[in-house]
Amino acid sequence: MVIKVLKPGLATTVQDLGRPGYYHIGIPMSGGMDRHALIAANLLVGNPEGAAVLEAVFMGPELEFSDDAVVAVTGAELPPKLDGVLQETWTSFKVKAGQKLSFDFLKKGARAYIAVAGGIDVPVVLGSRSTYALGALGGFKGRKLEAGDELPVGTATAPPTEGRSIAAELRGLPAGMPVELRVMPGLYWHRITEAAGIGFFSDTWKVAPEADRIGYRFKGGKPLEFVPREPPFGAGSDPSNITDACYPYGSIQVPGGTEPIVLHRDAVSGGGYFQVGAVISADMDLIGQLQPNTPVKFIKVDMDTALAARKEKAELSAKLRSALMA
Amino acid sequence: MQTRFSFGGDEHIFAEVDEAMSLEAFFKSLFITNAVREARIKGVTEICPANASYQVKFDPDVIKPDDLLAELKRMDAAADKSEPVIATRIIEIPVLYNDPWTHETLMRFRERHQDPTATDLEYSARINNLDGVDGFIKAHSSAPWFVSMVGFVAGLPFLYQMVERQRQIQAPKYLRPRTDTPKLTIGHGGCFSCIYSVRGAGGYQMYGVTPMPIYDPNQTISYLRDFMCLFKPGDIVKWKPIDRDAYDTAVADVDAGRFAPVIRDVSFSLAEFNRDIDGYNRKLEGVLHGH
Repeated sequence: MVIKVLKPGLATTVQDLGRPGYYHIGIPMSGGMDRHALIAANLLVGNPEGAAVLEAVFMGPELEFSDDAVVAVTGAELPPKLDGVLQETWTSFKVKAGQKLSFDFLKKGARAYIAVAGGIDVPVVLGSRSTYALGALGGFKGRKLEAGDELPVGTATAPPTEGRSIAAELRGLPAGMPVELRVMPGLYWHRITEAAGIGFFSDTWKVAPEADRIGYRFKGGKPLEFVPREPPFGAGSDPSNITDACYPYGSIQVPGGTEPIVLHRDAVSGGGYFQVGAVISADMDLIGQLQPNTPVKFIKVDMDTALAARKEKAELSAKLRSALMA
Repeated sequence: MQTRFSFGGDEHIFAEVDEAMSLEAFFKSLFITNAVREARIKGVTEICPANASYQVKFDPDVIKPDDLLAELKRMDAAADKSEPVIATRIIEIPVLYNDPWTHETLMRFRERHQDPTATDLEYSARINNLDGVDGFIKAHSSAPWFVSMVGFVAGLPFLYQMVERQRQIQAPKYLRPRTDTPKLTIGHGGCFSCIYSVRGAGGYQMYGVTPMPIYDPNQTISYLRDFMCLFKPGDIVKWKPIDRDAYDTAVADVDAGRFAPVIRDVSFSLAEFNRDIDGYNRKLEGVLHGH
């Protein structure tokens, strides 16, 4: 089966659960920014949870199916339309050969996951079908989709399942406003003054327009003040510079002390900016659903809280699995 | 040097061997990351050496963060007793300095530069007290460089010049990053040179281009068929200045699949290097050219 791309949307890419193991040579893991929603979409159509899907940001694509298929759309509230007729999100539905899948305007969130029974069958590169656009690697020809692309779809291993849906409490969406992102301070935290550290956690930040798969930029908080120092050899003269080092996923760099950037699935693997800490693993999916201008607060947590949150998140995934495997 | 450890969220441990860059700090980070790789610690998913630091990513569902931290601290203490000798490679990289493509690009972004009236080469020559562009090219290409980190984007090497600190070339990054850098540009920021593996944003000074691809996601280039990235931390690079004709020939050779990079196995001893830097570098260059 083939899916023909009639309109590509804004930046639609093929993603799965990513390509760990190559970060030491600058190849990030990539994969769905909201992994929970990606897994949910796959389970709804009867796929293995790490099958390749389409990740659409802000605006959906327009797709034509060569054969009958079963599809589900999760993540952002980006309502799917089948030959113009609205379908439910977080629910699997049948598409007939020749039908067109398009999308209504975005209502909520930022990234929708479009799963098709059988999975998007692009070649596996370094263990994953995910697109790493900066390195022209993986996905469909290493890039975002374009009109005219024809996406191969694999053969479903389990009988496709239509008409199944996921209860609201299992969707893992942000609870309220401002969105709270839990952060473990650390890394180069000692570079800023105590007052700057307090300001960082008490200010309300807003998602800046420069927010993509590499990283999310935030603005609106007070600039961070640095502890004075003699620049170490190799670091550079700006107080926010360090001797170029590896960047953790979720790490928060603040070039010049002004606008924090949280690195995400297509992270640059290293560079010369200090970081105040990192967003905990349990809250990384939330970032993928933030629209520009969304108010955000960074909440200071310790390792125990981070691990408890991780456990809670794993329990949510377990509930999702048992609800859909039943 | 006292290594400073920090958790980076609940999935990373970051270790800063030293705040400042030095070959000693780099060798320690390389040594420990090799040891961590060989130890095959369950739950460790990524091991990333950097210039004067390293990072280990792990799955906290498999190994407790405090247990891994204790293990890394133990390995760090053991590393101080090691003899810094590595088996590595020396790779010759042809460079067309002062080329038309980086020149066109640097002129487009002149208002983002410290000195809009000079080129990146002229500016870097001046602030390093070198004798013009030619003097700069000689200083940049005469001694070899260590690949002290691979990253930022896929396959991009950071390179550290193998000379005394007072002879090392230093240059600031652009005041504001460019939105464009030609593929395979030779750049420089702080004390590090780099080769931009892909076209894209960048803030380093631009000095030239190499005709020799260093990253090939399609793996069609002969010497990148086994793996798509050429460089590993610990590789040694020697720049070879070439003219436009040699550049065009090399590009044609790459396209025709007959370009053969000069790569030799070599052993490097930090102690011997420090005893006689220029003499040791001459020996390394001898290995490159088969004598």
